[in-house]
Amino acid sequence: MAHSARRDSPELPDLSLLKRLVRDQLIYLLEQLPGKKDLFIDSDLMSPLDRIANVSILKQHEVDKLYKVEYKPISSISDQLCFLIRPRIPTVKWICDVVNADKAAGKYRRYKIIFTPQKFYACEAVLEEQGIFGDVTTDEWAFYLLPLDDDIISLELPEFFRDNFLAGDQRWVRTAGSALHLLHSLFGPFSKVYGIGRCSKMTYESWREQVEEGDQKPRLAEIGNVFLIDRDVDFVTPLCSQVVYEGLVDDIFRIKCGCVEFGTDVTSSEKSIKVMLNSKDKVFNEIRNEHFSNVFGFLSQKARNLQIAYDKRQGMDIKQMKAFVSEELKGLKQEHRLLTLHISASESIMKKKTKQDFQELLKTEHCLLEGFEIRECVSFIEEHINRQVSMIESLRLLCLLSVTENGLLPKDFRSLKAQYLQSYGADHLLTFSNLKQLGLLVEQQPGETLTVMESKVGKLVNDRTAGKLTDAFSSLAKKSNFRALSRKLNLVPKSDEEYDLRVPRDMAYIFSGAYVPLSCKLIEQVLERDGWTGLEEVTRLINGHEFAVTGSSGADFKPKSDAQRIILVMFLGGCTFSEISALRFLGKEKGYKFIVVTTAITNSSRLLEALLDNHV
Amino acid sequence: MQAFTIRPPPESVPQVSRGSRPAGLSSLRTDRPKSWCPVDLSSTSWTTRPALLWYDLGQVSRGTRVPHLSDPVLMCLQYPPGLSPQAGSIVSMSVSFSYKYLALFTDTGHLWTGLSSLQERLSEVDTKRTARPKQMLWCRRPRAQQPSVVLMWDRLLLVVGACNDTIQFPLEDESVLVAELDGVRIIGPSSQELLQEVPVVCQDIFKIASMAPGALLLEAHREYEKSSQKADEYLREIKEQNVLGDAVRQCVEAAAHEYDPDTQKALMRAASFGKCFLTEFSAEEFVTTCRELRVLNAVRERGVGMPLTHTQFKQMTLQVLIDRLVYRQLYPLAMEICRYLKIPDYQGVSRVLKHWASCKVQQKDLTDEAIARAVCAKVGDSPGVSYSDVAAKAYECGRTELAIKLLDFEARSGEQVPLLLKMKRSQLALSKAVESGDTDLVYTVVTYLKNEMNRGDFFMTLRNQPVALSLYRQFCKLQEPQTLKDLYNQDDDHQELGNFYVTASYREKRLEGRLSQLQGAVDEYNKAKNDFAAKATEDEMRLLRFQRKLDDEKGAGLLGLSLQATMEALMSLGLHKQAEQLYRDFRVPDKRFWWLKLKSLAEKEQWEELEKFSKSKKSPIGYLAFVEVCMKNNNRYEAKKYVSKVTPEQRVKAHLAVGDLEGAADAAIERRNEAEMAAVLSRCAASDRLVVDKLNRARASGAKK
Repeated sequence: MAHSARRDSPELPDLSLLKRLVRDQLIYLLEQLPGKKDLFIDSDLMSPLDRIANVSILKQHEVDKLYKVEYKPISSISDQLCFLIRPRIPTVKWICDVVNADKAAGKYRRYKIIFTPQKFYACEAVLEEQGIFGDVTTDEWAFYLLPLDDDIISLELPEFFRDNFLAGDQRWVRTAGSALHLLHSLFGPFSKVYGIGRCSKMTYESWREQVEEGDQKPRLAEIGNVFLIDRDVDFVTPLCSQVVYEGLVDDIFRIKCGCVEFGTDVTSSEKSIKVMLNSKDKVFNEIRNEHFSNVFGFLSQKARNLQIAYDKRQGMDIKQMKAFVSEELKGLKQEHRLLTLHISASESIMKKKTKQDFQELLKTEHCLLEGFEIRECVSFIEEHINRQVSMIESLRLLCLLSVTENGLLPKDFRSLKAQYLQSYGADHLLTFSNLKQLGLLVEQQPGETLTVMESKVGKLVNDRTAGKLTDAFSSLAKKSNFRALSRKLNLVPKSDEEYDLRVPRDMAYIFSGAYVPLSCKLIEQVLERDGWTGLEEVTRLINGHEFAVTGSSGADFKPKSDAQRIILVMFLGGCTFSEISALRFLGKEKGYKFIVVTTAITNSSRLLEALLDNHV
Repeated sequence: MQAFTIRPPPESVPQVSRGSRPAGLSSLRTDRPKSWCPVDLSSTSWTTRPALLWYDLGQVSRGTRVPHLSDPVLMCLQYPPGLSPQAGSIVSMSVSFSYKYLALFTDTGHLWTGLSSLQERLSEVDTKRTARPKQMLWCRRPRAQQPSVVLMWDRLLLVVGACNDTIQFPLEDESVLVAELDGVRIIGPSSQELLQEVPVVCQDIFKIASMAPGALLLEAHREYEKSSQKADEYLREIKEQNVLGDAVRQCVEAAAHEYDPDTQKALMRAASFGKCFLTEFSAEEFVTTCRELRVLNAVRERGVGMPLTHTQFKQMTLQVLIDRLVYRQLYPLAMEICRYLKIPDYQGVSRVLKHWASCKVQQKDLTDEAIARAVCAKVGDSPGVSYSDVAAKAYECGRTELAIKLLDFEARSGEQVPLLLKMKRSQLALSKAVESGDTDLVYTVVTYLKNEMNRGDFFMTLRNQPVALSLYRQFCKLQEPQTLKDLYNQDDDHQELGNFYVTASYREKRLEGRLSQLQGAVDEYNKAKNDFAAKATEDEMRLLRFQRKLDDEKGAGLLGLSLQATMEALMSLGLHKQAEQLYRDFRVPDKRFWWLKLKSLAEKEQWEELEKFSKSKKSPIGYLAFVEVCMKNNNRYEAKKYVSKVTPEQRVKAHLAVGDLEGAADAAIERRNEAEMAAVLSRCAASDRLVVDKLNRARASGAKK
């Protein structure tokens, strides 16, 4: 899809620096507890840790045994225990139990808790309450950012989404601010910062505060611009089925920390295989951003090329053969292995996705996005629920319906929810309550819409109070205003034109040409306009909190330099692989390079699972 | 040198002057020393022991003896080298400012000078005065040419140089001498004077008929001012010797040492004049000296009264000078100097302002309002001045209100909170903490409030702070569920209370407990006017009772299943009647029930039952579903039974589902549907020639029309 790509895309900065920094810090922290020790690791830190320091590095620094935190009494016999955990109260409580059990048994050990990326006062309060504050030493491992790829950095904090957007708990905001600060001090100074969403604004402020506290050495910027965006600005995009290869693989096999485990149906052997999915995998790198319908064609072409390369062996003399074996064969073999893997993965996806059901599902989604044949969509969803196709999928469709239609009709709202409860149990009442709070599944408000009321009120009172009122209103019922946004920003291309997915013409290709992701469209528009001017109506529909700030370091501001075309996009609350693909496409079109920073990689399942409150 | 150790003193020995005498000495001598002085050892070989060193002198028969003590228990006796035995006994001694030189005055009027290490004698002079001088001090300067000792008797000052010369000065008033870094200050009742060796450079320039480059340059400039051509001659002379640079440097240096501004100006102008004829001459020293002289002249003013010499100023550094000005509360001058010398704010102006503000808040005669305004007006947002520090100071002085006013100016909310808590302004502390965006800070205040306030007030406080409230709720969810309930109660948040009861119901092991929690939820949902949730919860309760009943009767193991799962389980147990009861009681949609029953019967391969069911009434889910489910359970025969019942729109699909291409083709042709025909065609293999032909013909004729 290189038809109109600009040739001079700038070089990305070397993100592996982030890894080296945290590895050194971890080693330093481990050495603070000299001697042999057992290390307990929070289960969701296992994979990220593995990307930073493997077992042999840990062993080198006198880690004897590794355990996963399992909230059970421990069997370790070491006299030094080190806990590497996220700052969560249940984990800290468990450690308290461990220490108190040792005390009761008259066992003496040394304990060290390393909180990552930071410790919270609440955790220390628990230690104090349980009377072991003096028995343990605590430390912080500033492991804020894990580079998953050349252009993806993750905070690996999936709970950010629920804590911040559902529970209104802002404790991670400072973490996000610190992460941004770290990037700023390594790759900054940033000359422009744009953002939208309340959390983005707060993150920005937290970062600014940290910048003002410390002093930045003047250096040449490697990243020029930053765009901050809240997940709740755009819920539609993560609720759609992903059809770009990387997104599909994530939807079906779940990519964890840049690594996927292909099951036996893919490997067609007895063992499953773990594969790293990043730009180092040459085959993957070429298909990750492709619409799935192109992947097979591409892979078969690739297979033919490979065969030709192999065939070169025919008619070689000994000398040539020798050269071939030593130089090319290894690469070819490697490529062959990867190719086989991706072909069988694609076959497995095909099996699951080319069924009638999936086509109909996609059709329904596209109808919802277009606002077309809504009654049929409602019946489809109803049947989906009745036939118990999938708990999460049904919920996803319900939410997509609500978000695109600005809420369900009161009749549908009641009946669909009642049927869902019949299918999956009454405990989902709590899930519904969560979804309502987030504005993901709401009832249509009769009469005047809230936004109109807000703007009226807003005219009467000054800005500050209006802001507060807006907050109050938005907590009452968040409105997505998707339809209006879609019209304003032209998110849904006209369906009468044929969309050639092999030659994408806009970001809509990631959803088969049916929808341009709102999040990415906003980024495109703001970069194009160099701010929010002209987008007032849009930001009002999204419920604001937008900002655009020019950095203080005006002196070294060179708009033409490469760094100015490298844009850091920070998603607060997670982003999908489809969005990353869309941004890569946008980058190619406009000569930008995007680096995506996200609190975690998300998709529709993860998003909704985070909001479940059933007690099964 | 003799060295010996001394035993600890026996108790009987009386201590003479406690504190000022090391204990070790008392064992040797018990009488009062005639003279003593401390010697800093840092200039001698005992670098590790910066102790007092005594010089005691006695009346031991043959002259004087000086015990040299560096340690209370280590003492050595030493004789000053070259001190003649006739000199008598030492009555006065003095070390130089640098602790390097020692002067001894004996009762016969001899003045011995030498190194304080007693290694070398400089000179010995007979002053011809036997009276003990009131004061005896060294008058030196760093790199002095003529180290000399100043002795003072009543109304007489005697300067004794190393060269055995003496100078006498009569004194008009009773005075006190103070040794300083580069001279001796003479302080009288109404004035102070400085006695100092004239710096070499000043001597060079101002000596009569001096031919030093500086002197020539000064002269050249003087002539130039008079517009005399002699200026050129002088200048030429300097240039010929190639010492113009030295001349400029000399003038600058001499200016620094001068006190009279006119002389300073004359010298600096001469330097500036000379500089014009030099290329590649760094003006830095010139500029610095200019600035420093202005500062020195300012502090030497009568009103300030700090008669510092340039050497002293350099020694004590600008920082110290500013500190001293600050301690004297000469804030405006200090700030003026900081600004003039362009000292970075946080070391200069801000630091002065901080001191000023701390001092200001202690002014009792001003109102809080006035002080706060004054402080704010002056301090503004100077970096490095922390309003919270100033506020803390105000609070220390008992001015809480002022402290609060000042805290309002503090930009960093994080800094405000601890002090506000200390001042018991917890509500204010909470809102500041929330403003700061630092949740740890919010949490600190919340915990503090929790312990300080009664529960009602605490909840009320939280209610006004949503951020703090959500934070506390999160904490309660994990730690104190009961508090969470109280919180919701306080707020009359019935919706959340309902949710709370539902959550709680899952923790109940017994059905009765569970039902009573759910009943609680129903009541709350009703209060919240959420009839959907109330109804759903009531249904849940009904379902639970039903499941319990069947579990007891049939051991079905249904408790806790969803309605759907319950019906499924019942059907698979063959309890169709009960399943149907649920269908009616819970108003399960027909479609759901039909799907369920269809699947269940097919899975159990009860085909007859299925057929009966299909005929019971018109299927709400259509008959294609029957076809597909039968096929899924691998029964083509049964599936075919339902194909005919399928609506015309879906008939092609149904035929295809059972693999009947011919039927599908016929149906498609009958419906004249191009897309369907294509769909059938795509399924045809090469062996299905007949069907393909038929379809192609139909399509061709369709196209014609």
